[in-house]
Amino acid sequence: MPERKINNFVIKFANVNGSGSASANKLFARSILRMGVPVSARNIFPSNIQGLPTWYEVRVSEKGHLGSRGGVDIMVAMNAQSWNQDQLDIESGGYLIYDSSRPVPASKFRTDITVIGIPITDICNREFKDPRQRQLFRNMVYLGALSSLLAIDIAEVERLIQEQFSSKEALVSPNVQALHFGMDYAAEHFDCPIGFRVKRSSSVGSKIFIDGNSAAALGCVYGGATVAAWYPITPSSSLAESYEKFCKTYRHDHDTGRNSFASIQAEDELASIGMVIGASWNGARAFTCTSGPGISLMQEFIGLAYFAEIPAVIFDVQRGGPSTGMPTRTQQSDILSCAYASHGDTKQILLIPSDPKECFDFGYQAFDFAEKFQTPVFVMSDLDIGMNDHLTDPLEWNDEITYDRGKILSKESLDELAQFGRYLDVDGDGVPYRTLPGTHPSKGAFFTRGTSRDRYAKYSESGVDYQDNMQRLQRKFEQLRTQLPAAIIEEGKTKASIGVIYYGSTEPAMKEALQYLEEDGVSLDSMRIRAFPFGDEVSEFIDSYDRVFLVEQNRDAQMKSLLVSECNVDPNRITSILHYNGSPITARFIRSEITQSLDALKPSRKRKSISQKS
Amino acid sequence: MTFIAKPKLRHPELQRNKHGFTRRDYEGAVSTLCAGCGHDSISAAIIQACYELELPPHRVAKLSGIGCSSKTPTYFLGNAHGFNSVHGRMPSVLTGANLANRDLIYLGVSGDGDSASIGLGQFAHILRRGVNMVYIVENNGVYGLTKGQFSATADRGSKSKRGVENHSASIDLVMLAIELGATYVARGFSGDKSQLVPLIKGAISHRGAAFIDCISPCIAFNNHSGSTKGFDYVREHNEAVNFLDVMTPRDEITADYAPGSVQEIKQHDGTVLRLRKISEDYDVHDRVAAMHYLQKSKAAGDIVTGVLHVDPESPDLHDTLGTVSAPLNSLGKKELCPGKSAIDKFNAARR
Ligand SMILES: Cc1ncc(C[n+]2csc(CCOP(=O)(O)OP(=O)(O)O)c2C)c(N)n1
Ligand code: SF4
Ligand SMILES: [Mg+2]
Repeated sequence: MPERKINNFVIKFANVNGSGSASANKLFARSILRMGVPVSARNIFPSNIQGLPTWYEVRVSEKGHLGSRGGVDIMVAMNAQSWNQDQLDIESGGYLIYDSSRPVPASKFRTDITVIGIPITDICNREFKDPRQRQLFRNMVYLGALSSLLAIDIAEVERLIQEQFSSKEALVSPNVQALHFGMDYAAEHFDCPIGFRVKRSSSVGSKIFIDGNSAAALGCVYGGATVAAWYPITPSSSLAESYEKFCKTYRHDHDTGRNSFASIQAEDELASIGMVIGASWNGARAFTCTSGPGISLMQEFIGLAYFAEIPAVIFDVQRGGPSTGMPTRTQQSDILSCAYASHGDTKQILLIPSDPKECFDFGYQAFDFAEKFQTPVFVMSDLDIGMNDHLTDPLEWNDEITYDRGKILSKESLDELAQFGRYLDVDGDGVPYRTLPGTHPSKGAFFTRGTSRDRYAKYSESGVDYQDNMQRLQRKFEQLRTQLPAAIIEEGKTKASIGVIYYGSTEPAMKEALQYLEEDGVSLDSMRIRAFPFGDEVSEFIDSYDRVFLVEQNRDAQMKSLLVSECNVDPNRITSILHYNGSPITARFIRSEITQSLDALKPSRKRKSISQKS
Repeated sequence: MTFIAKPKLRHPELQRNKHGFTRRDYEGAVSTLCAGCGHDSISAAIIQACYELELPPHRVAKLSGIGCSSKTPTYFLGNAHGFNSVHGRMPSVLTGANLANRDLIYLGVSGDGDSASIGLGQFAHILRRGVNMVYIVENNGVYGLTKGQFSATADRGSKSKRGVENHSASIDLVMLAIELGATYVARGFSGDKSQLVPLIKGAISHRGAAFIDCISPCIAFNNHSGSTKGFDYVREHNEAVNFLDVMTPRDEITADYAPGSVQEIKQHDGTVLRLRKISEDYDVHDRVAAMHYLQKSKAAGDIVTGVLHVDPESPDLHDTLGTVSAPLNSLGKKELCPGKSAIDKFNAARR
């Protein structure tokens, strides 16, 4: 049995949306993790609640390659509607597992794959009376069958079921029963385990399995956010919902029954950002979470926050555009609309996490940046990071961390101050001092408005005052370059003349592709951008290679545009690799694009080396 | 524009209230609105109401949208923070501010364009959430700041300065407010200070969403027909040059009438407002009766003024959310951050 099939395969579950498969599928993934083997899991789901096809793809990878791989080795085809396509997706030599309760003519099966039929419906109908149970436990039956077929330790699955239903004890035993029906059937009728299988390992280490939205929400709790305002939109809603859930645990006083947080489901995204701005103006840490369409609606308010210098934290969990676009598919296509969000001359801070751990880190840090620099901060997540469970480093918190509230004047400091100027650059860093309403009976009050005012917030339509203010804002922005998370640069094994830039959820696929390319003899240095405005390391990296690839998940090479206009680099030196079909980018794709692009250059290279010899 | 500099010196005889503030401490910057604009009278009434209630001025937060009306918060309570936000979105900013600090008094100032058109959605939602505040719409039936377009509160059949007839039904903000669950609803007239000041004081003292629709004539854009001779001349001149070139300062329109009576108010443009002051035996607690009465009066062509509905017992947004009594903006890391031990447990549960 070939080694490469152990702890190294992709299994996909084709289900019907709303059939209860989601929790069973997650159990499957977690049981493999409990065996110490890394997995990544991705939901591929329609914008629908019940009835349409939905898929759950689990990649099992001892080596820890956790990006989407592409291709399927084992298809658990539980949905008649997508049957044909599902079968086509299986790689040659792979497996099809299906419900054989209703006979399927042999002609309906591909011949280059192994077909395994489990009479799931029959088993359920025989064993369970209640129609609801018959439906629900189908999922547990195939999970049991898979345990036999893939050598998954059934004890791990049982333990997980126990943990999951710890508060509803009565559910444990029928679930475990159903599991065993499937397990026994497969063991009796097939040669178990099959080629692909799971073998206990220790590659997971201390990593945790969590989705980016939950991690970001916890970051907001740790970062001291007390006000959340949001409007439901996939793929961001679960961030707000998780925030509420965590707050019920961590911010609810059981003695008084009172909450030290406020979460409002607003009437739309304009109201969401308006509430965030109002709360931040008044000294609370506040955030909203949304996706592209919401960002579009927030544009006017974002400009107000930029010019009036009001902190605001905005999570953009990106998806395919537009509103009637690809709400359940992933993309990195809001880079430009956020970097330059709003009208007038505006530039915004972007933090770009690549995994749930960074969603947590940037989640709490965003509030410091927003308050320190008195400006909106965007955390640019996406559907792939946000809504899928990822194996990620454990979340870290150090109790020494303090909240940097920035330059807020207290009553005492106002007492000592001769004259307060809200937009006065006292420290020469472009960041003025602010006061909160209600602080002092006679000092520090001002009227907040966009730009028609002078340094003392007095009404002014003077062009001189306007320019003065705009230049200060520019100074403030410039100094951000050294203050935000720097790009992470990694060198290839041998001295490279080619560099590759990437960001966000591309990371796991990129790292895997770099390994393959290394094996192909192509060594590349890489840089992962983590924030905008860019630090100097970004343009230095671009300058130090003959050729630079830039991998993005959008059509228009948005990050390239941003680099070209902000770092003054020659666009011809950057070759874009663009993936934008809505599914997460894969290592296979990156590798083949880079290889093809380099091959296309080969003739000229050869010529060069010949002429050098002569 | 009025640029009458106020004397800087504080008169020693100015009366001080219990916090040691004089009436002047409730004033703000000099108004830049047109002389005679109803909005300035409302500012004066706000000053008077806050002074009489002896509020510490800096404990008020003034929030507004965009419009002539929304500019007015600079003209009163100079020691209070103000926020000139974006057009039609003051309610969300006020809601956020209120969530951050439940201990301040929130005063939202808006116009009829700001609240009945672009901001109708936010107007509705802040009222139904029960945000503890005073929300005043300075209602002139036009877009003052953008020079005289119709607002959604303009009556059907009325003509704008440009001679355009309004064919759409008007929005009655008071009826909407009662319908949406505002717990203090009143209508006043900018020129009737003796009624308006108590209305504002009542709204400030009310705990919950208080709404005041304040009729406030615009001297610049309600100046088309039935005016005095001089005014006609101005109108013709402006029409000839096709923009507002000459403007004559006008006297503020005032009113003073007894409860239960009707007073006809002639605006600068000659249009007549029939104000009906509700009588003393009107039951403000009966929401359904209030709506019925308003509908009937509207059909008769009367604009009812006074306190129209009060529900003193209803919970405000903080009650519904169950937030702690300390303002959220006063909580620090100690109260808010679950700390390292919690994160270790959190991680353990996700393996
Ligand atoms: C998004 C947006 N659209 C349009 C405007 C232009 N604008 C400024 S004030 C105003 C109308 C104000 O009317 P109203 O609220 O009745 O105030 P008034 O000036 O009559 O007191 C408009 C349309 C704006 N500021 N913002
Ligand atoms: S235009 Fe009308 S609303 Fe605006 S300041 Fe002049 S009178 Fe008042
Ligand atoms: Mg108006």
